[in-house]
Amino acid sequence: MRVESFLLESARRFPGKTALIAGATRLTYAELAAAAAGFAAELRRQGVQRGERVVVFLQNSPEAVIAVYGTLMAGGVFSVVNPGTKADKLAYILNNCTARALVTEPRLAGTAAQAKVHAPSVSALLTTPYGFAGGPAPRGAGIDLDVAMIVYTSGSTGFPKGVTMTHQNIVAAATSITTYLESSADDIVLSVLPLAFDYGLYQALMCAKVGATLVLEKSFAFPQVILEKLKAERVTGFPLVPTMAALLLQMKHLAPGMFPELRYLTNTAAALPKAHIQRLRELFPAAKLFSMYGLTECKRCTYLPPEELERRPDSVGIAIPGTEAYVVDELGERVKPGEVGELVIRGAHVMKGYWADAAATERALKPGLYPWEKVLHTGDLFRADEDGFLYFVSRKDDIIKTRGEKVSPKEVENVIYEIAGVREAAVIGVPDAILGQAIKAVVAADEGVTERDIIRHCRERLEDFMVPATVEFRGELPKSENGKIARKELVAA
Amino acid sequence: MKHDIGLAVRRFIGENFLFRDDGDAITHDQSLLDAGIIDSTGVLELVCFLETTFGIEVQDDEMLPENLYSIRAISNYVGRKLESRKIELVA
Repeated sequence: MRVESFLLESARRFPGKTALIAGATRLTYAELAAAAAGFAAELRRQGVQRGERVVVFLQNSPEAVIAVYGTLMAGGVFSVVNPGTKADKLAYILNNCTARALVTEPRLAGTAAQAKVHAPSVSALLTTPYGFAGGPAPRGAGIDLDVAMIVYTSGSTGFPKGVTMTHQNIVAAATSITTYLESSADDIVLSVLPLAFDYGLYQALMCAKVGATLVLEKSFAFPQVILEKLKAERVTGFPLVPTMAALLLQMKHLAPGMFPELRYLTNTAAALPKAHIQRLRELFPAAKLFSMYGLTECKRCTYLPPEELERRPDSVGIAIPGTEAYVVDELGERVKPGEVGELVIRGAHVMKGYWADAAATERALKPGLYPWEKVLHTGDLFRADEDGFLYFVSRKDDIIKTRGEKVSPKEVENVIYEIAGVREAAVIGVPDAILGQAIKAVVAADEGVTERDIIRHCRERLEDFMVPATVEFRGELPKSENGKIARKELVAA
Repeated sequence: MKHDIGLAVRRFIGENFLFRDDGDAITHDQSLLDAGIIDSTGVLELVCFLETTFGIEVQDDEMLPENLYSIRAISNYVGRKLESRKIELVA
């Protein structure tokens, strides 16, 4: 099964049902499918061939969803890129996947044009609003072994890595998740998560899979607006990250039972503090709360069945349906309950590798049970309890989780080193009630370099969530025996 | 009065979000969110600033784009809040 059949099948079963609500726009399944088919035909007209990459550089919008499905209908591979991405990183991504087409919107067109200059593979540029009509989809899109998407995620090297997923991978993940969420055509899901984030993207994919309605919002900047939407659209499913939960719980006028239609809440990206779990359950007494854990490389690893939340609030649960999750030691042997080791994931949802990065792929995907099989080594340290429930311990690398986003310290440090007068820089995560972790830069610099200089430069060069919240100056940074800056020592301090 | 509010807000945004002294880079009517100047946690910082600087209390249902999307919208909103408080005090 290919991913675009989620949409095509729902358009056949529920042509007049609302598929997507975004701002003032409401599209039925028939309309969404026709628009995606029109997009596919346009890509083909512009020379995009089966298997070629289409980078979608858009805010959450109907056009972004149309581009995702349209690319698949044309047999292409999509990659949604965060609209906060700056030109040189966008160029890096375009070159890394040798994109053939770039889709953008007027507000982002300047950045897109700057990036395109350095990306010779891009021959087609589509800018919203789309000028083409809906129409029949082109033939020959491909089979489900084909690559469907590339999701760029922060790598410890400082350069984003392209997680490569086939149609089969996505169908497996979406099937598993909609199974435990008990998703159905009656669901109305509200998502403020960017489509560039796999958690946000899958809301659009899974809604189409079950014929549900997606209410797509651009941001959570005004929680009140979102809460009114929840009520007005009678939303049944509301995916969160911990930062959203923290913002929500700061609101003064929330009372239990205000959202009786809400059937479930989900949380992933980082663990919810226990106190927040408690307050969410009080505020949404009728809603099931799913604590989940995953990484882009397999989309989702585990979920905690809501009925276990009381007993094991710290656990991220068990493997999602149809997959295996287990803890291994340095030699790859499974460890006993209570022992800490690396979490390994086995299932049809595990990525095929990182695009054009065989070395990184080899580190993440290792031989599995059968000679033809690969399993995912997550780089996260876990332990299991006697009943097999899993607990996150820490990451093996230095990746920081802030606002639900992964940040590579190296990527931020590289940008700080561009500032004249900076001698040494290390970026770490420090605990923060709202963000989970806040980004802090520890810098040794010449006289005259200020905190403001560093933050301003980072804002010009990095996505918002990567910009340090604070800067500490030191005469010198601690070093390890081999002379490398000892980031771990700074974290411990 | 509104002019003073606008200046204070501009200075706050300049110092805290643009990291320059004056905040001149933004116009009075520019959407702070669309321009990528403020994000969701930035809105909270802004509200906190308005509450402490002007002694107002921003209610949940007033945290709306129409009150906070631009420097002009913020000035008008704070102006209205201060005005209504004056009336309360007189009454």
